[in-house]
Order: sequence, then C-alpha cells, then structure tokens
Amino acid sequence: MSTSAAAPALETRGLCKSFGALEVAREVDFRLAQGARHALIGPNGAGKTTFINLLTGVLMPSRGDILLQGEDVTSLAQAKRVKRGIARTFQINQLFRGLTVLENVCIAVAERMEVGGSMLRSAGLRADVIGEASRLIEMLKLNEDAGRRIVELPYGRQRLVEIAIALGLNPRVLLLDEPAAGIPSAESHILLDAIATLPKDIAVLIIEHDMDLVFRFAERITVLVSGAIFAEGTPTEIAANGEVRSVYLGNAA
Amino acid sequence: MGASFTAAEQFARRHRFQWWETLPWIAALAAFFAFPNYLAFATQVLITILFALSLDLVLGYAGIVTLGHAAFFGAGAYTVGMLASHFGWNEPLSGLLAAALVAGLVGLVSGLVLLRTTGLTLLMLTLCTMTLLEQAANMGASWTGGFDGIPGLNFGKILGLFSFDVLYFRSQYLYVLTVLLGCFLVVRMLIYSSFGQSLTGVRENLLRMHAVGAPVRARLVIAYAISAALAGVAGGLFTQATGFVNLAVLGLDRAAGVLIVLILGGYGRLYGAFVGATAYMVLEHFLAKAYPTAWQIGIGVTLVAVALYARNGILGLAETLRARHRKQSVS
Repeated sequence: MSTSAAAPALETRGLCKSFGALEVAREVDFRLAQGARHALIGPNGAGKTTFINLLTGVLMPSRGDILLQGEDVTSLAQAKRVKRGIARTFQINQLFRGLTVLENVCIAVAERMEVGGSMLRSAGLRADVIGEASRLIEMLKLNEDAGRRIVELPYGRQRLVEIAIALGLNPRVLLLDEPAAGIPSAESHILLDAIATLPKDIAVLIIEHDMDLVFRFAERITVLVSGAIFAEGTPTEIAANGEVRSVYLGNAA
Repeated sequence: MGASFTAAEQFARRHRFQWWETLPWIAALAAFFAFPNYLAFATQVLITILFALSLDLVLGYAGIVTLGHAAFFGAGAYTVGMLASHFGWNEPLSGLLAAALVAGLVGLVSGLVLLRTTGLTLLMLTLCTMTLLEQAANMGASWTGGFDGIPGLNFGKILGLFSFDVLYFRSQYLYVLTVLLGCFLVVRMLIYSSFGQSLTGVRENLLRMHAVGAPVRARLVIAYAISAALAGVAGGLFTQATGFVNLAVLGLDRAAGVLIVLILGGYGRLYGAFVGATAYMVLEHFLAKAYPTAWQIGIGVTLVAVALYARNGILGLAETLRARHRKQSVS
C-alpha cells in the first residue's frame, strides 16, 4: 500500500454522470481531507445525493475517477468500498424496521467483523459484536431504546440509529445525507452532539439544508449547483460570496 | 447501561431453547401412541412440515418470493426413486443424503441465475425452473418413468439395522420424525446465527444491507441452496414413505400447497411450518371425509378468512391475541 499520509481521505477527478441527456455530475474535482469536517450544500436537485451515490458505488460514473486514501476505487462494488472504509447514512431512513435497535447495529458490526456469514454460532451470543454495538448505542444515547423495534421509535431516534449503523462499520470516511432531516428541532441537539463527538480521525462529509448546523459544524463548504462545483471555501468565504448567496443562501435568508 | 444490558439479554435469551419448544415433539410422540391407525397420514404431515420449513428459510427469512419450491422437493424425490430402481441403492439415509446433494446442487445453480432478479421476474423464473424440471421428468421416461412415474419401490434397512418398509408405518413415522428433528435443528441454528440475521436484514432492507458491505447475492444463493437441499430431503422422504414417485412431486399444485401451508401457519416464525402443515392437512382430511364432494370450499373459506383477518397466519394471530391480553391485564 503506497498510501501517503498526505493523500486526501477521498478524492474525485473529473467525475461525470449522465442519465441520457441529463447531466447530474459534471467534471467534479473534489477533495475530502483526512479528518475533515466538510459540508456539501446546494439547491434542491443540484445532485448532492447523486454525488454520494457515486462515491459509495450505488451508481457508476460515466467518466472520471474516485480515490479512497489515494487508491482508485472507481470500479469497486458497493460492498468492497464499505470494506475499504466508506460508510453512509441515508436521506430517508433505511433501517431493518422489524428488528430491534440492538439487532440493527449488530448486523452492521457483524459485517465489519467479517462474521456476517457465520452459521454455527447464535448472533445473540456473540459478545464481541454485541459489546461493540452496545457501546455505539450508548454513545448515541439510545440505551433506553436498545430493545425496541425500529417501527416503535419516533423518527428522530431512528435517525440516530442510522448514524450508529454507519459508525458500526468503523469508517474512515463518513457520508451523512441530511442527518437532521425530519428531526424535531427540540431533538436536534442530540444529533448535533453526536456529530460533534465523532472521532477526529474520521473524515466527515455532510449534506445539509439547515444552515445553522452547516456553519456550526463545517470547516470547509462546497457548493454544488446543477451537478458542478460552484464554489468552495471556508464558511466565512462562502458566507461572503455574493454569487452563492444569490443562487442558494439568498433564497434561504 | 441497564436498558442496553436488558436488550442484549433479550437478544441472547431468544436464541436459547425455551420450554415450549419441546411441545411439537411431545405432540408428535403422543400422536404416535394415540393414533396408531393414522400413522401413514401423520408421516405425510411430518414431510410437509419439513418441506414448509425449507420454504420458510428462503421466503420467511430471506424474503425470496418463490413459486417453484417443489422443483427441489421433486429433485430429491426422483433422486431417491431413480437410485433405488436403477441402481438398487435402497439404504434410506444415504438415499436422503444423495437427495439433499442433488436438490442442493439444483438450488445452487438455479439460484446463481435467478437471484439476480427480484419481485415478479423472480417469481416467474422460479416457476419456469420447476416447469422445466417437470417436463424433463416427463420426457426422460426411460429414467423417470415419464407420466406414470416409478411405482413399487422398496427400501432396505436404515443403516442396515432398522427394518423399513412401505407397510411398516411405525418405523417409518419414527424415522421421518428423527430426520425432521435433525433438519429442524439445522434450520434453527441457521436462522439465529449471524448468517440468519443477515438474511433477515436482506428481507427487511436490501438497500441498507448493501450499504453495510454485506455480500448480499452470495448470502441469498447459499440460503437458497441450503433450503433446496432440505426440500430435497423432504422429497426423498416422500418417495421412501409412499414407495413411488411421479410427476405430482414437482407440480405447481405442490409448490402452491406448501406456500399456503406456510402462510396459514405464519411465515418467518420457524414454527409456522409446524402449525400450518398440521392445521391444513388435518382440516383437509376431515373436510374430505365429511363432505367428499365439496370439501375444497371449506379449505377456500378458511384461507380467505386467514388472508383477511390473520395476515401473519395462525401464529401471528396468537401473538396479537397474547399482546392484547397482556395490555389488558396491565391496565
């Protein structure tokens, strides 16, 4: 492995994706630094979720390269990229709804520990997997709900399970797709705390519409418009950028 | 810490044997002594339980919708029948092993192709696979006996020790019950293992399962092949117990029948196969006796009632009632 410490955690070079005549990603050159706290913003339909789907391998790019820790992962399938350290949450919860919170997190942890295909031992008796899952559940303050099924939880709590599952994969790069969407504002502080206490060595890319959250969290912001990078900089630079304000922030303010 | 510990406790406890899990086996042994004249019928119930159990693994746990599961039952049934008639291989247990291998292989190969698809396409392809096998059995008459099948099969002693004959219902029943117990323990181990949890994960949310890095298709193919092997054992038992094999073992009737049995009992519940097969076959038996001309109406009405009022089958209904009872006694 020739990964130099200087290589960004995640990088795209000339990334393009089109559905027929519709270009949803145009020549995207993007760098996510090691341990970054980076936000991706842009108006609805700008291609933010598509970009996440390209990074994780749900969609294959039409052109361009994706590098994880300096290594080309463009042609790798989704599962292989997860093993290399990319984890994500979804804009709309994607959980195992009939299972308990503990079981949800255990499934992710078991896959990461490469015991997901093991047939001989009861999953409920795997102390290593359950211990790890319980630790994450505690970290996200979900203890009270550990034994409850997802369908019995309010939406905001479910959002936290999304994050617990992603963290259970022990990622080096974490992609959060609108983590605060659908959470009542009274509960959003739990989520903010959770994001704030993420280990520093994980590079985090967050897509978010809540500008308070973005400016509180991000050290760097990329603005995506019509599938292309429109602007990039520190929060101060982006806030001062008149063009960004007119295409995006202007509408929000 | 407390609540999370309880959740872990609860997770572990579910995977240990509960006292009531002995009930089906006690009931099966009680039936052996209580209904000596019904043992041939009871043997068929046990075989149907095993067949439904194999279907539950793929349908109930992995969420693979199939209408062609009789393909594997048939593959096992014909394997045992052809080995006995063409090669004189009539030791029952090794015959079952061969049935499991052949059916499992058919499941593995067809699964590799079929499980690239989902939904209606998958449903149609499972049906087509079964029809192909059925036609192969129909046309390969020199091997399979064609439309008439292979009648009058005889089997040797089990491991050369216990006599086994189409006419000895008692030894047959105990033999089938023992095989069922063995297969059940395998299925139970599988569904509570991490592998089984991951199958449930695929059923509950395919997108998420991909996103946690699980090799989804490989898991499904393995589950499909194991399920096929178990269905093959059920088919092999059928041939051994009845002494014949014909095209009915891999027809749509049998595939639809086992689906009804599982839905009636409750799928994805491990014991749904036991409850469903017993309820369905006993109902069928007594309705056919009471109303020889119109018994199917009774079956039809029962199934409509279950579909409307007990979506999760008899076991699901029992769970709902128990939960309601608990709520009332609390308040």
